[in-house]
Amino acid sequence: MTVSQVSFGSHEPVLDVKNLTVKYIGDTRSTTAVDRVSFSIGTGEVFGLAGESGCGKSTIANSIMRLLKDPAKIAAGSISFGGKDVLAMSPEELRRFRWQDVAMVFQSAMNSLNPVLTIGEQIVDIFTTHAGYSRKESLRRAGQLLELVRIDPARLKSYPHQLSGGMRQRAVIAMAVALKPSLLILDEPTTALDVVVQQEIMAQIKELQRELGFSVLFITHDMSLMVELSHRMAVMYGGRIVETAKAQDVYANPRHPYTQALMGAFPPLTGPRVPLTGLPDGVKFRNIPDLTEAAPGHFVAPFGADAEAAVLEGAAR
Amino acid sequence: MTTAILKQPIEPTAARKPNRSFVHGLITNKKALVGMIVMLVFIALALLAPVLFPGEPSRITAMASLEPSPEHWLGTTAKGQDVLALTVHGSRSSLFVGLTVGFASTFIGILVGLASAYFGKFIDEALSLVTNVFLLLPGLPLLVILAAFLPPGLGTVILVLVVTGWAGSARVLRSQALSIRSKDFVAAAVVSGERAGRIMFREILPNMASNVMSTLLACVIYGIGAQAGLEFLGLGDVSTVSWGNNLFWAGNEGALLTGSWWVFVPSGVCIALVAFALALINYAVDEVTNPRLRKIKTPKNTERSAAK
Amino acid sequence: MRFILRRLGFYLIAFWASITLNFLLPRFMPGDPVSRMFARTQGKMQPEQIEALRKMLGVDTRPLWEQYVDYMHNILTGQMGVSISRFPTPVTEVIASQIGWTLLLGGTALVFAAIIGNLLGILAAWRRGGAIDSALPPLLIFIGSFPYFWLAMGALYLFGVVLGWFPIRHAFTDGLEPAFTWEFIGDVGAHLLLPALTIVLVSIGGWMLGMRNTMIATNSEDYITMAQAKGLRPGRIMLRYAARNAMLPSVTSFGMSLGFVVGGAMLTEVVFAYPGVGYQLLNAVQGLDYPLMQGLFLTITAAVLLANFLVDILYVRLDPRVRSN
Ligand SMILES: Nc1ncnc2c1ncn2[C@@H]1O[C@H](COP(=O)(O)OP(=O)(O)O)[C@@H](O)[C@H]1O
Ligand SMILES: [Mg+2]
Repeated sequence: MTVSQVSFGSHEPVLDVKNLTVKYIGDTRSTTAVDRVSFSIGTGEVFGLAGESGCGKSTIANSIMRLLKDPAKIAAGSISFGGKDVLAMSPEELRRFRWQDVAMVFQSAMNSLNPVLTIGEQIVDIFTTHAGYSRKESLRRAGQLLELVRIDPARLKSYPHQLSGGMRQRAVIAMAVALKPSLLILDEPTTALDVVVQQEIMAQIKELQRELGFSVLFITHDMSLMVELSHRMAVMYGGRIVETAKAQDVYANPRHPYTQALMGAFPPLTGPRVPLTGLPDGVKFRNIPDLTEAAPGHFVAPFGADAEAAVLEGAAR
Repeated sequence: MTTAILKQPIEPTAARKPNRSFVHGLITNKKALVGMIVMLVFIALALLAPVLFPGEPSRITAMASLEPSPEHWLGTTAKGQDVLALTVHGSRSSLFVGLTVGFASTFIGILVGLASAYFGKFIDEALSLVTNVFLLLPGLPLLVILAAFLPPGLGTVILVLVVTGWAGSARVLRSQALSIRSKDFVAAAVVSGERAGRIMFREILPNMASNVMSTLLACVIYGIGAQAGLEFLGLGDVSTVSWGNNLFWAGNEGALLTGSWWVFVPSGVCIALVAFALALINYAVDEVTNPRLRKIKTPKNTERSAAK
Repeated sequence: MRFILRRLGFYLIAFWASITLNFLLPRFMPGDPVSRMFARTQGKMQPEQIEALRKMLGVDTRPLWEQYVDYMHNILTGQMGVSISRFPTPVTEVIASQIGWTLLLGGTALVFAAIIGNLLGILAAWRRGGAIDSALPPLLIFIGSFPYFWLAMGALYLFGVVLGWFPIRHAFTDGLEPAFTWEFIGDVGAHLLLPALTIVLVSIGGWMLGMRNTMIATNSEDYITMAQAKGLRPGRIMLRYAARNAMLPSVTSFGMSLGFVVGGAMLTEVVFAYPGVGYQLLNAVQGLDYPLMQGLFLTITAAVLLANFLVDILYVRLDPRVRSN
């Protein structure tokens, strides 16, 4: 329905994640933050990843760029990008892979700018390192990039603290598309911003995506935003994917109770007012089984009485 | 209703009791253990000195400038005093002054830090100004002119060291107290009408125990080192036996130039060992309270593990 | 600019406090050091010199505030009396002839210790658990546990007396005429090396640990992750992103540690009979030369405050956030 969904690209996957399992190893015990997660993203496709905070979305994003830090460990699974095994890359291959092939706008994009370097220097960095341009040429291109996200190129000389939150966010987005990567990861790119700025930025991202044609892994817990922007999407719960299908299908016909609850928890951006609903207090899912195909292209983890292993603990506590 | 959704499905590791894990962390920390053993040995030596070496340690008992031998394990000074006796007895004054200065400076630091944090506003401004001025004045020259104008004696040494040493601890403890002061439970105590003293000493102070501890250790290190420096300059109480005075006499009697290394080595090594032991404990306190500083176990890096 | 002005005001208050302390000490301390001092110098001084010194040190019947105003005026116009131990040289002249050596010794040692220590700290934090990170900190803490002057004594004994590699006293060979010749400069360097080395050795550990710990904190900042995601070269991330931010607190502590270095330099000067203000201060103490003691204290304090002010100006250049506020 939206513009981006019309330009829905081919099905040749750019990114293919299989059975990814990530653990945080603690002194006394370990948490499995991501548990046997599989998905793929096609060329030019916008893939959404939804789920409440703490369900493992950022961990997946960081795994793809191999940015996980101690105590996180990728315990199992594979990540391949354009046919290359990301987990087997040498440090130098990895360095080139980052930002040239996959770029990322962090959840905390506000704080992801170096406070002591100007915006210009931080963009020039990218060009001189990856494209080998001269400083002058890099600066010229940095100016163009800022224009692309509607920031006055004079701002190249500004330090991050001199920009507003929205401007910083747009500067980071400009940096992310600097090298025209084939995949852009957006990790809750607008969480810290007020609603008006959020709208502006999302519109800008859509526009950029249409112009440059990159694939997007779009992470948010805002379902209405996600449905509006994504072609396909997955819903995560406790490190597991519980449902994945075309965004329209999930929206029109959410099957897993958790997805239904998540849908009910956010007001639609347009349309009539509906009362918000959510999971009943205290409901938790344990031992979520693997996905099964409930309808063509619509995969859901069995739940309730459908599967013995799946326990729906209704108001147990 | 929607709250359930936003709840974390994976519970965060439950916070352990801070104090128990702190003590436990210290006891099981190798650095802390080594430090504590060294300190215990020196304290035992200081307490047993009159038993081990009865009588006045500075009396002349042998020929001058003897090399270490079975009779005089560490040789004798240019006056003919036994160096081992001087060193063992020296620990008494050095440890006493160091500990006194350490406790007194930390105590002042606690009072200033808590008052600054609790009362804030004008009191905080004034106390901070005084603290910062004292921090900035160069310590040793200040020590020297204070000591030169005061009547010589142990009391002067301690007083002067506390005057120059309290500001560092006050600054550290103030900033820690400020951050605790802004916590909700303190605000709750204020609202519920608890008395100022109770809030400062019962609510705020216990939550900065590890900072107080590392401040105390740093102050003791300062006290021992600065006392030695002062005495080495001849500004201490020259009649007492202490490590600093031993070094003062060694320098005065030309032990260096005559090659009597055994006269100046022991006292210096003792100062260093005590300071090192305290620094080790301090380092361990940091490690235990700030997990990021802990040594990282480098696991076998397979290609599966997350790379840098 | 507000920041700089505020700091300047603070240094002025600190300097005022140290002058006032100087004023109060001889007036309110028990005992009577001044008459002891005069007893030693009987006959040498002119009556008006004695009168001036008496006034400066508080043997004065005027009301206290009048003395105070007078004292302030004298200090600020550089009248600090005559030195007793180097009679009849004025205190200011004695200090002027010595302070250069202290600046040379303290400055050299401070710069080297700060640069080497910070670099080691950066490397240690960057390679957590590596050789530098695991071996150096305990070793440097251990060396740093020795008193400055004791290490100086050890170095003097070992390298000066036993091995004879370095001269053991003074800033240059006796009898050599100070001049801008290679011979003289080389001679000064040879005399400087050993005392400077001991100060560097003792103080390097503090720099390294401080830098290492701030670097570790900085390394978990979001902008470091972003820099890594940007695929920048590791060296660039380490220096331009991590170290560049981590050095800000280090610059602040540079100013703070000046006082310490001055103390260390003073003690080291005493051991090597190095003709700086520290050595002179000891001579003043032993010769009961109170005017010189006071003058030295004020001069050293002023130097430390000035250095701190320069560090503040540097800080403003390094941290854009302070600049614009
Ligand atoms: N540094 C860490 N140490 C231990 N556990 C962590 C750490 N970071 C994240 N986790 C765990 O991983 C889970 C997923 O985190 P994250 O991927 O950030 O979630 P999301 O981005 O969906 O909010 C969290 O619930 C938490 O338990
Ligand atoms: Mg997240």
